[in-house]
Amino acid sequence: MNNQDVIYSINGPVVTVKNSDTFSMQEMVYVGHARLMSEVISISKEKTVIQVYESTTGLRPGEPVYPTGQPISVTLGPGILRNIFDGVERPLEEIAKESGAFIPTGSHVEPLDTQKLWDVTLCVKEGDQVEGGDVYATVPETDLITHKCMVPPYVKGTIKEVKENGQYRINDTVVVLTLEDGTDLNLTLCQKWAIKQPRPVKKRLPISMPLVTGQRVIDTLFPIAKGGTAAIPGGFGTGKTMTQHQLAKWCDADIIVYVGCGERGNEMTQVLEEFRELIDPKSNKPLVDRTVLIANTSNMPVAAREASIYTGVTLAEYYRDMGYHVAIMADSTSRWAEALREISGRLEEMPAEEGFPAYLPSRLSQFYERAGYMENLNDTKGSVSIIGAVSPQGSDFSEPVTQNTKRFVRTFWALDKALAYARHYFAINWNQSYSEYIPDLERWYSKNVGPKFMQDRQALSSILAEENKLQEIVQLMGSDVLPDDQKLTMEIARVVRVGYLQQNAFHKDDTYVPLEKQLKMMEVIVYLYKKCQEVVMDGKPIRQLIETGIFDDVVKIKYDVPNDHLELFDDYYKKIDAVCASID
Amino acid sequence: MALQYVGLSEINGPLVVLDHVKNASYDEMVEFVLQNGSKRQGRVVQIEGDKAVIQIFEGTNSLSLKNTKTRLLGKPMELSLSKEMLGRVFNGAGKPIDGLGDIYAEKSADINGQPLNPVSRTYPQNYINTGISSIDCLTTLIRGQKLPIFSGSGLPHNQLAVQIVKNAQVAEEGQEFAVVFAAMGVTNDVANYFRRSFEEAGVMDHVVMFLNLSNDPIIERTLAPRCALTAAEYLAFEHDMHVLVIYTDITSYCEALREYSSSKGEIPGRKGYPGYLYSDLASLYERAGIAKGAKGSVTQIPILTMPNNDITHPVPDLTGYITEGQITLDPELSSMGIFPPVNVLPSLSRLMKDGIGEGFTRADHQDVANQLFAAYAHVQDVKALTSVIGEDELSAADKKFMTFGRLFEQHFLNQGDENRSIEETLNLGWMLLSVLPRTSLDRLDNKLLDQFYDHEKAVEYFGLQESNVIKELKDAVNG
Repeated sequence: MNNQDVIYSINGPVVTVKNSDTFSMQEMVYVGHARLMSEVISISKEKTVIQVYESTTGLRPGEPVYPTGQPISVTLGPGILRNIFDGVERPLEEIAKESGAFIPTGSHVEPLDTQKLWDVTLCVKEGDQVEGGDVYATVPETDLITHKCMVPPYVKGTIKEVKENGQYRINDTVVVLTLEDGTDLNLTLCQKWAIKQPRPVKKRLPISMPLVTGQRVIDTLFPIAKGGTAAIPGGFGTGKTMTQHQLAKWCDADIIVYVGCGERGNEMTQVLEEFRELIDPKSNKPLVDRTVLIANTSNMPVAAREASIYTGVTLAEYYRDMGYHVAIMADSTSRWAEALREISGRLEEMPAEEGFPAYLPSRLSQFYERAGYMENLNDTKGSVSIIGAVSPQGSDFSEPVTQNTKRFVRTFWALDKALAYARHYFAINWNQSYSEYIPDLERWYSKNVGPKFMQDRQALSSILAEENKLQEIVQLMGSDVLPDDQKLTMEIARVVRVGYLQQNAFHKDDTYVPLEKQLKMMEVIVYLYKKCQEVVMDGKPIRQLIETGIFDDVVKIKYDVPNDHLELFDDYYKKIDAVCASID
Repeated sequence: MALQYVGLSEINGPLVVLDHVKNASYDEMVEFVLQNGSKRQGRVVQIEGDKAVIQIFEGTNSLSLKNTKTRLLGKPMELSLSKEMLGRVFNGAGKPIDGLGDIYAEKSADINGQPLNPVSRTYPQNYINTGISSIDCLTTLIRGQKLPIFSGSGLPHNQLAVQIVKNAQVAEEGQEFAVVFAAMGVTNDVANYFRRSFEEAGVMDHVVMFLNLSNDPIIERTLAPRCALTAAEYLAFEHDMHVLVIYTDITSYCEALREYSSSKGEIPGRKGYPGYLYSDLASLYERAGIAKGAKGSVTQIPILTMPNNDITHPVPDLTGYITEGQITLDPELSSMGIFPPVNVLPSLSRLMKDGIGEGFTRADHQDVANQLFAAYAHVQDVKALTSVIGEDELSAADKKFMTFGRLFEQHFLNQGDENRSIEETLNLGWMLLSVLPRTSLDRLDNKLLDQFYDHEKAVEYFGLQESNVIKELKDAVNG
């Protein structure tokens, strides 16, 4: 028997070891002389299968495989924010410093800066009883976010020793804990956590608050809750990435984890550059202060793509444990599913639908269930919201990834090719999309925005539904055959579509619209509809109404009323009254 | 010391299996010597214990289990690189085939390349003026972008690519440019067309060609784009050149990959293509870009023919998910005699938004483009309606849109080989929009409309005076 395990076969990112009992499932191992980071994915008596997170070019059978006894983990501590990592938490900036513009295989860099000194304030004293989740030190990580160092979950003990407040590196011991069994545990500023294991919480809380995004079609028609899940399916060019970028910029989460999973390198560069320059309107600090990026571009190794999603959600849970609201943008979960398929194919597993492995739905649900509004171990409350893009093959929503995702998310923003072709952004199709959070959030909207918000929202939905019905007639016989009241509905629906749902991400006011303005815009549209209905009921021709240009004025409200001059809305009521009175 | 093995244990399509191999490494190069002394090259694609599966680039014909000697070369596939490559022609595996002998290599590099670190990329922002209105205005090409042409059989995609090479100001003044051209499974005629066009345009000494024609071995076909991109990266990042990579036809490339995958016995994904097709295509397309600190850039224009013009076919579908937009050609426009027949609605340039506008092209560019898209999209709705109720029954506003659509196709899309400046293109865009009633232009704000909207001028420019029409009608009645 060898005392060392060696590579037997190599096929793409999959290597096997024969006749070994050293390894455990999901253990992190290092493969070959270059010590490539890898994970054990199946074990049988004859054969242990390992997926390698890097390119296997140049590996030979007979090279050693080193066990670590640890599952694939991430290092959690100050220095995560403002950083950009690859799929297994290796900082790309450091790799670039070490090896230049191209990423070599087998680079070993520390996930977090071990040399940087942090200002640490300790908040426990000797003799204190602490347990998992309790905060023992705080560190100002960025100008926006205070990092809280917490006792790792499942640990319980008495504080034996506490260092003075001052400057420490992440691996310096700041607290010594005596555990219940009498042994000592040194607590530094960081801890490790396995990426595939959800971090424990005290309990799940009911959903009650929306994740406010400033995007009208989302906030008004299809809101997502803090702690909720949403999917954005859409063919290429329908604006999935654009939507994710807008949400990452403007949503009112405390922390954003942006996972670029198998997507374009230039896009990640863009996020990186843009977020450094963009200023968060609430705090006047750059957005990057609350952001962490995980980039596994489409040409990086495929196994690490699978890991990147888990890495992202683990970082998010860690900040949730501190009591923050975290939102994850995962772009795109289809690439992750394809990585599963690719590995599964190499393992010669029996494929289910379209070559995807049979465990695709369970993996998807495991991922989305890590979202939620939670009461943490330390009694703070925090949330993880997951917004996953889906890239359906051939833009066909009946393919397995979209269909399975649909079962596990409660908000569905279906992007539409026809809208995107007409450059109607966000190209969210109002007939196919839905949000199941409306009943949960109704109270919040009534209390915090206005009692009429939900009522107006319903009015808008009805107009759009009505238009959808009329469209069928129009497509057959032209719009001229409609009676005037239906023509009015069509015209108002146009106002809703162009003036309300469509939003210009490049316009300084329109890129983020506060809820208050959204409500006022809806009210003007609803008022316009009511007044015009009265005019039409009197038998006056709608053509005259359209010729006054009042509809186009209302369409342009989004540009003409700045976000900080909402009093200008009053003029529109007068104008509508005047116009309606002028028709004879 | 490299060992030499005599004999093989299995031959299947482009793959051979060798038993009792010592010390083979994954992706290593292999040399075969046949009985008659001729040499072939291959690459290790799978290892299991002492058994190695090797793909042979030139094909396995006349190989037998006995007559072949095999030698492992101990290194992955590399391409010899030098500035001398400019003006030369190579086969898909990077061997010179123009009879001018080997190049003197300055260095050699692994053809698979390495992923460019996102933090070391420069976000592409400089637009390339192609002189083609539909591209410049609506799907602007940016230096460092990957923008494929989605085409079909019988469409003039090659002419379009050549026109871009001829007109495009790829490099800034004082900088060198180069074109790297890779043919994958195209016919001799197509390869010759490109060569002739490059010669006519007088750029041949800036061109590196990699040719794998339709009757060449399929494994070389999968290598050709990798060789081309390795050469392009070398010229861009070590010699500061702006490189435009044109490769055609991606569909043939994917078919070669499928053929190879099925002979390897892999589990197929959609339409028989291997499950890793996305990752494989990404390893090509993602090699476009600009590295921080480098003066050069790699811009890619891959060409693919959509089987049966189906944009949801796996090849265009996966391509669209990786590339930064696409230029889609349309058979219907082509049959109307419009060149280039760009169907603008499904065309897109993702990098456009940051490379246009004030300081790049003109402040109103984005707005004009949006309005043209919106208006032309409406034209399609109206056209659909027309086919049901006839044009006469349309409302007055919709009739205007029909006129706009016709003029847009005839004047904006159709330009032959004219080279238009961006200024001319945008002005033409405004002229077309001015045909429509001002109130129907809902993507433009009043300030821009005041500045550029001029209905009378447009009517005159396109000869739409109502009086003419009425006169014609009267003439018809009287005549």
